[in-house]
Amino acid sequence: MSLILILEQILNGLQFGVMLFLMAAGLTLVFGVMGLINLAHGALYMVGAFAAAIVAAWTGSFVLALVASLAAAAAAGALVELLVIRKLYDRDHLDQVLATFALILIFSEGTRWVFGSFPLFLDVPSYLSGPISLPGGIEYPLYRLTIIAIGLVVAAGLFWLIARTRIGIQIRAGESDREMIAALGVDISKLYTLVFALGAALAGLAGALVGAIQSVQVGMGEPVLILAFVVIVIGGIGSIKGAMVGALLVGLTDTLGGVFLPQLFGLFMEPASATSVGASLASMLIYILMAAILLVRPSGLYGGQH
Amino acid sequence: MKTLTTMALATAVSALAMSAAAETKIGMITTLSGGGAGLGVDVRDGFMLAMEQAGRDDIEVVIEDDQRKPESAVQIADRMIQSEKVDIMTGIIWSNLAMAVVPAATAQGVFYLSPNAGPSALAGKRCHENYFNVAWQNDNLHEAAGAYANDAGLKNSYILAPNYPAGKDALTGYKRMYQGDLAGETYTKMGQTDYAAEIAQIRASGADSVYFFLPGGMGISFLKQYADSGVDLPVVGPAFSFDQGILQAVGGAALGIKNTSQWNKDLDNPANTAFVAAFEQKYERLPSLYASQGYDTANLILSALNKADVDDKDAFRAALKAAEFDSVRGDFKFGDNHHPIQNIYVREVIQEGDVFTNKIIATGLENHADAYAAECKM
Repeated sequence: MSLILILEQILNGLQFGVMLFLMAAGLTLVFGVMGLINLAHGALYMVGAFAAAIVAAWTGSFVLALVASLAAAAAAGALVELLVIRKLYDRDHLDQVLATFALILIFSEGTRWVFGSFPLFLDVPSYLSGPISLPGGIEYPLYRLTIIAIGLVVAAGLFWLIARTRIGIQIRAGESDREMIAALGVDISKLYTLVFALGAALAGLAGALVGAIQSVQVGMGEPVLILAFVVIVIGGIGSIKGAMVGALLVGLTDTLGGVFLPQLFGLFMEPASATSVGASLASMLIYILMAAILLVRPSGLYGGQH
Repeated sequence: MKTLTTMALATAVSALAMSAAAETKIGMITTLSGGGAGLGVDVRDGFMLAMEQAGRDDIEVVIEDDQRKPESAVQIADRMIQSEKVDIMTGIIWSNLAMAVVPAATAQGVFYLSPNAGPSALAGKRCHENYFNVAWQNDNLHEAAGAYANDAGLKNSYILAPNYPAGKDALTGYKRMYQGDLAGETYTKMGQTDYAAEIAQIRASGADSVYFFLPGGMGISFLKQYADSGVDLPVVGPAFSFDQGILQAVGGAALGIKNTSQWNKDLDNPANTAFVAAFEQKYERLPSLYASQGYDTANLILSALNKADVDDKDAFRAALKAAEFDSVRGDFKFGDNHHPIQNIYVREVIQEGDVFTNKIIATGLENHADAYAAECKM
């Protein structure tokens, strides 16, 4: 086990964490501000990836594809908020889960109806493909470094938006006291649509970024959605900082656990069973982490008191 | 007047009996929605193409979507057997669904012909006289890949597969034939989409080649990330990750990769040439191996129906076992456990114009039977 391999795996964990953050940020805002459980967040991730794949095939430009993913997911998010989600704010969580689960099915089958059952092609642009050499002799794919950079820039932008702008103040106010902010004359329904569209756009961007190195296909959002929920529960619901810390924790735990646990078991078990026991335990690791954190801090690392 | 009515009634009843006797009902349960729908769509399209070409109006095919869920497959199967009274069933793509449906169906006297899934249990200890597998036993393509690795002089493979029964069968199949060392053996998570960690391990392991079994979207992700990582060890895989439906989504990342399959569109026999042309004309895409398996399954059923009535179970079973139809694979016959004995080829991914596809470069295993046949006491 060389140092280079460990560093490379830490970078992999970071990249995975940053991608999870893009998903979790929207989810935690929507949950925190509107008190809404949105299972259809993964569908918006898929919408972003499909939009990017289509635009990349048309124009050949990856930048345009990313713009399209933001626009398409934000538009889909705003539309869904206006047509469906708006009716759910006063309902209990079970109704929200049912309605947004229905949205997953509608988005999935709608996408299949339009684009067919076969995965679409979306590739890393040539100027970002291939590995580059980092100090210390690490060969690392340039595209993954780009994902890390984009994720960090987006995170910085979000922190600035929440902490320093008027909209951010309104979002934070909406989180702590919904009735009061409405009484103060803020158009709460417009704010909700805006927050929902923002969260959707981030999910769409994540879908497009990841779609270039994974497969763009129907149902691609749901596995990520589960992890994003783990992230916001660990981080504390409604907290952007919590989403960031939670996402990096989950990303690093999942990646490093998957690599090192089988090797750890290999020290005292025969290889075949060590790989299978290690792999099984590694896939449980983030849930064990979540349980442990919730034991110590029941409302998550940065969860509010409410 | 009364006589007339009685006569009319008698005619009607006998007409009903006639049509009931002539009618064969086939139930197809396959995956048409959700993550793995591309496979089910191909099997269905291949199957229905053969049915359409036969033009027999005494065969009825009922198609249902299992959504890749064992519980819905079981429900559909119960309904098909008990209320729709199907004679023959087919269509299931996934081994876990096949294990949930097939034993119960064959025990109730229904014939089941698998167009894809070939779990080892159904080839060995739990084989059944009414169960036929028209595709392969799960291990077969992996065994051929292991044999190919020996021929290609690969001595230190890094192997990986998802952590589920078919994944373990895959690596077992590869190791059964492969004689070199293992640089590493990894079980990935089912449905995993990011393989950066595994690729870093491959890079550090000192392997001279990579063998992987990652069906569907998992394989697309792996191949794209592998190509982008700068690791340039030769890759070998089973056809499932290099099939016609997937290659376009992988793009150039798959070019040159060797993979093993019992079928390819360039297999030179009249049945295959006709099949590829007809499939392309009807569906405006190239057929995949799943489509070829659906097509062969339908033609096997048709050949048996030409020789025997499905209600005469012993005669029909013998007609199926004889497998006297023009398979798109060329020679095709069943072993004693009703699994194919067939050639498995090595293919290479090539580009024809804009389309990525495969060409056969060698025969990996000739007249290969599965390893579980001896355990089958039929």
